[in-house]
Amino acid sequence: MFAFTVRRVAQAVLVMLIISLIGFSIKHNFGDPVRELVGERVTPQERQQIRDQLGLNDPFMVQYGRFLKSAVHGDLGRSFFFKKPVTEVILAKAPATLELVFCASLIVILLSVPLGIYSAIHPRRLLSRLIMGVSIVGVSMPVFLTAILLIYIFSVELGWLPSFGRGETVQLFGFWDSGLLTRDGLRHLLMPSVALSSIMLPLFIRLIRSEMMEVLETEYVKFAWAKGLRPRRVWYVHAFKNTLLPVITVGGVQLGIMVAFTILTETVFQWQGMGSMFIESVERADTALMVSYIVVVGFIFVVVNTLVDLIYGLVNPTVRIAGRK
Amino acid sequence: MINFLRRLRSSDFSYYFFRDPIALVSFAVLLVLVVAAFSAPLIAPHNPYDPTTIDIMDSELPPAWAAEGSRNFLLGTDDMGRGMFSTMLYGMRISIIIGLGAVLLQAMIGIVVGLLSGYIKRLDSILMRIADVQLSFSTYMIAIFIGATFQMVFGVANYEKIAAPLLILIIGLAEWPQYARTVRASVLAERQKEYIEAARVIGLSKVRIMWRHILPNTLSPVLVISTVQVANAIMSEAALSFLGLGMPQNKPSLGSLITSGFEYIFSGSWWITIFPGILLVTLILVINLLGDWVRDYLNPKLYKG
Amino acid sequence: MEKLLAINKLSVDFTLRESTLRAVNKVSLSLDRGERLGIVGESGAGKSVLGFSIINLISKPGRIAEGSVIFQGEEISAYSYEQMRRVRGDRISMIFQDPMMTLNPVLTIGEQMRESLKAHMEVSTAQANEICLEKLRKVYIPSPEKRLEQYPHEFSGGMRQRIIIAISLLTNPAMIIADEPTTALDVTIQAEIMELLLELCETEQMGLILITHDLAVVSQVTQRIAVMYAGTIVELGRTEDIITHPQHPYTIGLLGALPQRAGSSGRLNQIPGVMPGLARIPRGCPFKNRCSLAAEICATKPHLRKSSSGSEAACHMVGTEQSTAA
Repeated sequence: MFAFTVRRVAQAVLVMLIISLIGFSIKHNFGDPVRELVGERVTPQERQQIRDQLGLNDPFMVQYGRFLKSAVHGDLGRSFFFKKPVTEVILAKAPATLELVFCASLIVILLSVPLGIYSAIHPRRLLSRLIMGVSIVGVSMPVFLTAILLIYIFSVELGWLPSFGRGETVQLFGFWDSGLLTRDGLRHLLMPSVALSSIMLPLFIRLIRSEMMEVLETEYVKFAWAKGLRPRRVWYVHAFKNTLLPVITVGGVQLGIMVAFTILTETVFQWQGMGSMFIESVERADTALMVSYIVVVGFIFVVVNTLVDLIYGLVNPTVRIAGRK
Repeated sequence: MINFLRRLRSSDFSYYFFRDPIALVSFAVLLVLVVAAFSAPLIAPHNPYDPTTIDIMDSELPPAWAAEGSRNFLLGTDDMGRGMFSTMLYGMRISIIIGLGAVLLQAMIGIVVGLLSGYIKRLDSILMRIADVQLSFSTYMIAIFIGATFQMVFGVANYEKIAAPLLILIIGLAEWPQYARTVRASVLAERQKEYIEAARVIGLSKVRIMWRHILPNTLSPVLVISTVQVANAIMSEAALSFLGLGMPQNKPSLGSLITSGFEYIFSGSWWITIFPGILLVTLILVINLLGDWVRDYLNPKLYKG
Repeated sequence: MEKLLAINKLSVDFTLRESTLRAVNKVSLSLDRGERLGIVGESGAGKSVLGFSIINLISKPGRIAEGSVIFQGEEISAYSYEQMRRVRGDRISMIFQDPMMTLNPVLTIGEQMRESLKAHMEVSTAQANEICLEKLRKVYIPSPEKRLEQYPHEFSGGMRQRIIIAISLLTNPAMIIADEPTTALDVTIQAEIMELLLELCETEQMGLILITHDLAVVSQVTQRIAVMYAGTIVELGRTEDIITHPQHPYTIGLLGALPQRAGSSGRLNQIPGVMPGLARIPRGCPFKNRCSLAAEICATKPHLRKSSSGSEAACHMVGTEQSTAA
């Protein structure tokens, strides 16, 4: 297990280096740090001077090294638009996005497990067919369209739920703006979470169903039936425990991918999180902020993937033992 | 060609196809949509690309059956006064072209990468690591990043001018790993087999073995993912357009039509968003249903229902 | 003698989209207390389906179409799901073919043994562990205390099959159905497992239905043999009668295909052709297309009749002179 962990973490670090290299080269080639500092009204001579001072005429790798060093210390440059260090901007926006992803993941997990299991156990029942039918429509529905439909139905036509923003938030620990603690905040959170979960939910149901149906066909499940075990024991212990392994690997990664879909959801609901910040930074050509987002999201993905692999190693006795030896 | 059709008619493929009502209906709907999209210049009552035929006074008209609707515009008009029906047909054509183009590009990159890494050990770990990283990032994210970078490089105005080929390039670059993995897996499975050994023993060249013997055997998994990938590519294009990284408003795809209608939904002009939305979902849905069917058909191991 | 099991005209159908296939066709069999019966045939003959149908555990499109199964005087084929569940793994245990696939990879041996007990009786975990250890010792698993906490992949194939046998013994069943229990094992281990099974059946007075394609294995262990072909029993009788004086042409062919029986010429006598698929079983005698003795009468279906050797054979060509007395 130890060797496995070390290998996995080393891989993660390597991937992070590559991501930062890509991010840096975008910034290096297209960004204009001088503008970020002093704006656009400077003469070419002054500009050259500042570039020299900032070390922008140094070789690429030297600059990359410097970028990496400050990135490790949490300094990813300054945002041209916000006139603040990007780390500060991103940290201020992160809680909104993370809460949204958290709630959507919760919806996905709470619904997909029972629905997936049910439709695997009783594939021919009407309800299972209905679940599968709805889920393929769900897979075919772009997340922003779901969001727009929700807004049209629940905000425009029925007027039940607010259509944009986070509503009332409470500050926790001095930096975390939470919408989870107020009624208004939760009301604002509901539609964005549902919209965000709508893309992953059908995928999860289909994944759990197909994995579980495969497991139900195995010899050891047949043997469990032959032992006269109660159906619940066969389904939820024998079959589901084996279904979990592939679901954790694929599913963990998919939950990480939800961060990507926050870009769309946040844009529709004008949710003041990292996703809408990213799109705004693209529109404003705020290179430093945009690149930092890529690096930060890359970091989140890498962490999630590494954790998923480690959890997989913990759950699967075969990997666990192989690591011990 | 006639021979091929005759063979097709007597094959298992068509036997199972015609017995599956979902596959049959999906195919029929898809056929109608594709034909309608590509004959848009012939069947559309208006030309949304011709500014002289557009009257701004016609903007935001509701569908013909509503009280204020005009009989001229069956499904109403958008904010610029273009007939929804015609604009949607043209938009669907763009969506389909971008979807197909992107999948063609993905398949080309993916098949080459997959063959190389399945056949040349030294390249395998590098190429597959790249594919893994890209997949774990989600192809959506990659597409958005590439799109954002491109927009920065070219500037918004230039980006919009060459949006269609750029979108094909973006989505193609973002989604090739799916193909590469699939092809690699079947290359690895195939090269174990004895006939490849035999081909090697009689001294056929590597390129020839790959091209003549291994590649044809990877086609059925490629076909299975291709259908679903077309649906994904169309979805990606819609998402990019929604974020302003896609087709411009004067040459809208289904995605950018939905986007342009979004602002008007609050004032009650639902049709500008909802109609292209329904069309987009229908298009993706029938492709996905066909994809499911093809997968079940070509991979009977999964067909346990 | 008291009958442990009686199968009466049991048929099993597999209903597909277009057609219905009969995998087991009106099979009648019986088993006395503590008796060991071998069911022999090629793969696809329906012997496994027959075995599974006794505890009504046929995989999905299959179902019992007609007939009954009487076990210890009760018609278990008419049981409700819950009643049948109480029989499975309690009074009738099963041993599967491939020990590498039969144990759940993510549960420890202990969990998989205890759950079997807890499904059928009220026991505490400590009591259950005691029973598990006792049975593991019975199948000669060394240091069983340590084994309970281990996972299946930490055992060899032979060891796993011993564990599976231990699981089947947990509830002291009256009968064990063993479906090709040694096919997936090395030859040396096959003999060990068969000996173990035989020993246990004798000491515990358990009935055994041994399903196999291996006549050599069957002849060592069982008292009676049923030879199956294309879903029907073609010959049924005492093991020694069938081994020494096979009556049905199919049994003769099967025995001729055994290396030690190859005769002076040293050649194996193969039965020409292959067993027909379930959809292509000929009318009348199912074996007629491959039979060297086939005649016109074979167009009608033969039934099991006592033959001169003492076994029953379903063949028109088998002499019946002495059977009239029975």
